[in-house]
Amino acid sequence: MLNQYYGDYLTVALFIAVGAILVGGAVGASKLLAPKNPGGFKDVAYESGIEPVGGGWNQSHIRYYIFALMFLIFDVEAVFIFPWAITLDAFQAAGRGVFILVEMFLFILILLSGLLYAIRKGVLKWE
Amino acid sequence: MTVTISEFFKESANWAFLAIAVPTLFAGWRTVTSNNIVRAVLYLVVSLGGTAGLFFMLGAEFVGWTVVLVYIGAVIILFLIGIMITRAPLGQEADLSHAMNVKAPAALLSTVVFGVITWAMIDAFGNNMIPPFEPTATSDLSLLLFDRFVIPFEVVSFVLLAALIGGIAIARQDEEVVS
Repeated sequence: MLNQYYGDYLTVALFIAVGAILVGGAVGASKLLAPKNPGGFKDVAYESGIEPVGGGWNQSHIRYYIFALMFLIFDVEAVFIFPWAITLDAFQAAGRGVFILVEMFLFILILLSGLLYAIRKGVLKWE
Repeated sequence: MTVTISEFFKESANWAFLAIAVPTLFAGWRTVTSNNIVRAVLYLVVSLGGTAGLFFMLGAEFVGWTVVLVYIGAVIILFLIGIMITRAPLGQEADLSHAMNVKAPAALLSTVVFGVITWAMIDAFGNNMIPPFEPTATSDLSLLLFDRFVIPFEVVSFVLLAALIGGIAIARQDEEVVS
């Protein structure tokens, strides 16, 4: 059982290793083969052919933080939905299907009220 | 029961452990020594990935994937955006190195934390070997989570809601009063 489990993750590890070799090989080969002629406008950030205005490291507006925060919160919600989904059958068989359904709906509703709050406060408006 | 070094290297799982733990440790070290804050965050990604790998090795699949999804996927994004909205020195010429009077207490504090955790681990487990174990099935975990721990599970959503509302309260611009 444990060997089977490790074997499954060996596939994942191999996949990661092959991916790393592929990307590393491509980048390394291009670094070895490409002619080097640095300087001039080559260091300028590419902005669709237009000369960039200001640096790339400007301070961002705080409103973006809300989007990151909401992403985190709904990500956590998604993480809880996975184990919930795989036990639905077991709860249904025990005659408690409604219980577990209501449970998750409550969880999602509480978080959705946060989304509603954000919409009502106007922080999601894109200006 | 103590394990000699040659016995340690005979076990293939220990090699896998080292292959995960050494890069994790290195990335954690670079996270605090890197001079560029964005690089420090990317090293933190590697470090968290190694942590997830250690959880997989312990058979804790759900915890491992939660680390990948929530920490690497979302908390790092939050960190990066959090850094971008501050006036932290970014870019290539950024220099984060501190004076000795900042470094020394930080080093002391982390050494003390390391010491306490190590002491607690040795005190709790000593030389006990972990008995052969089965990987924890996520379905077993969720049977507990959605049955016995249903109240804490619902409380989690309130904690997240509080975090969201707190974030909005801090980040929201006060609109000009429209009469």
